[in-house]
Amino acid sequence: MRQVSVKDITKKVRDLCISAACDLEPDVASAIRSALDKEESALGKEVLGQIVENFEIAGREHLPMCQDTGISVFFVEIGREVALDGSLEEAVNEGVRQGYKEGYLRKSVCHPLKRINTGDNTPAIIHTAIVEGGKVKIKIAPKGAGSENMSRLKMLKPAEGVEGIKAFVIETVKEAGGNPCPPIVLGVGIGGSFEKCAILAKKALLRPLGTQNPDNELNALEQELLGKINDLGIGPMGFGGRITALAVHVEASPCHIASLPVAVNIQCHADRHKEVEI
Amino acid sequence: MSEPVRISAPLTDAVVEKLKAGDKVLITGVMYTARDAAHKRLIELLNAGKELPLDLKGQIIYYVGPTPEKPGEVIGSAGPTTSGRMDAYTPRLIELGLKGMVGKGARSKEVRDSIIAHKAVYMAAVGGAAALIRRSIKKAEIIAYEDLGPEAIRRLEVVDFPAIVVNDVHGGDLFLQGVEKFRRVS
Repeated sequence: MRQVSVKDITKKVRDLCISAACDLEPDVASAIRSALDKEESALGKEVLGQIVENFEIAGREHLPMCQDTGISVFFVEIGREVALDGSLEEAVNEGVRQGYKEGYLRKSVCHPLKRINTGDNTPAIIHTAIVEGGKVKIKIAPKGAGSENMSRLKMLKPAEGVEGIKAFVIETVKEAGGNPCPPIVLGVGIGGSFEKCAILAKKALLRPLGTQNPDNELNALEQELLGKINDLGIGPMGFGGRITALAVHVEASPCHIASLPVAVNIQCHADRHKEVEI
Repeated sequence: MSEPVRISAPLTDAVVEKLKAGDKVLITGVMYTARDAAHKRLIELLNAGKELPLDLKGQIIYYVGPTPEKPGEVIGSAGPTTSGRMDAYTPRLIELGLKGMVGKGARSKEVRDSIIAHKAVYMAAVGGAAALIRRSIKKAEIIAYEDLGPEAIRRLEVVDFPAIVVNDVHGGDLFLQGVEKFRRVS
């Protein structure tokens, strides 16, 4: 067994919270710069120009690129040879607590009914998986509400098939309009069960921009959806333009013979994700 | 891209009438911040027949909940939040003299109608451009609801705050007009 200290996890999580909020990952930065080149709308170019200037300032001055520093979502992979010396959940939450306080990030988590802020951005949303090996991999994807609120899940009838899936994805983007801060990234989860397709959609967002789906059929679906979405004309911030989405990522999993669950998770252009391995 | 229109805040009818959907504006003057929780409290005060903590006449409300400022700094990152969440409250405030709103995303028909009826304007700032927008905010002071933290009402002094006119008094709507121009499907 390999011993991993939860204190180390807390420290890594603290740092991830702060760097995710301030430093845009190169894959997203490059996708936005290329959108700026391709956009035909003058207003769209103006918006994309401000977005580029913004993430440059944020990175340089260590400021959150967006004031909505999000609810903290984690995907944690724990190698089966790893022995932790304490609670993973407590370690991650303590890291969030420290990161959001010491990084001057906005605490955006509250009781769902009383609407009273928890004050430290906890509890984090933690998805765990036991994997082979002796490492701990922590991925963070802080999620703002502007785009999360426009996300949708639908239990389609199997008869609706792939055409039904496409129609639902496009309808979701159309309905969202300028609200989720386009240009967006779409995570689409197909199959599984009610909760599984939502997690697949979220996971799909973590695939680096500019990488291809290894499944040919899903890759073709992604390209077709991206083309159709960009034909909607919504454009940067919804002011009209060619670039509504930077990418569409699809993940699929077998489902019940009577079901066809589909989840569409919308991510704004401040597509923050970081990972670290211990 | 046309040159930006420079406007001062608070706003007047004359200024508002000149603004058209799609205009790029730079706002200099005073704006107040308020989001969901602050709006809810303002409406509760009105329902109870009590006075508001600010006089809305001519003012602009900026829908924002900034990140905490580092020691010695004016404000943290401060980009717009989704305006639609304030739609239920907005017409009441426009009736009381609110002239401008800055946020992101589309407004309801009730808000758009109220903008036309009472000569107001809805502008959008670039969502997520919070570190850039922060530079135009020169002073920030909490004037009400400090307990709401990021959602407290702040009085901001801004210079050349960048925004784009979305809904004007003439019924112009940038979201409809802009998307129409670039849409390739029916």
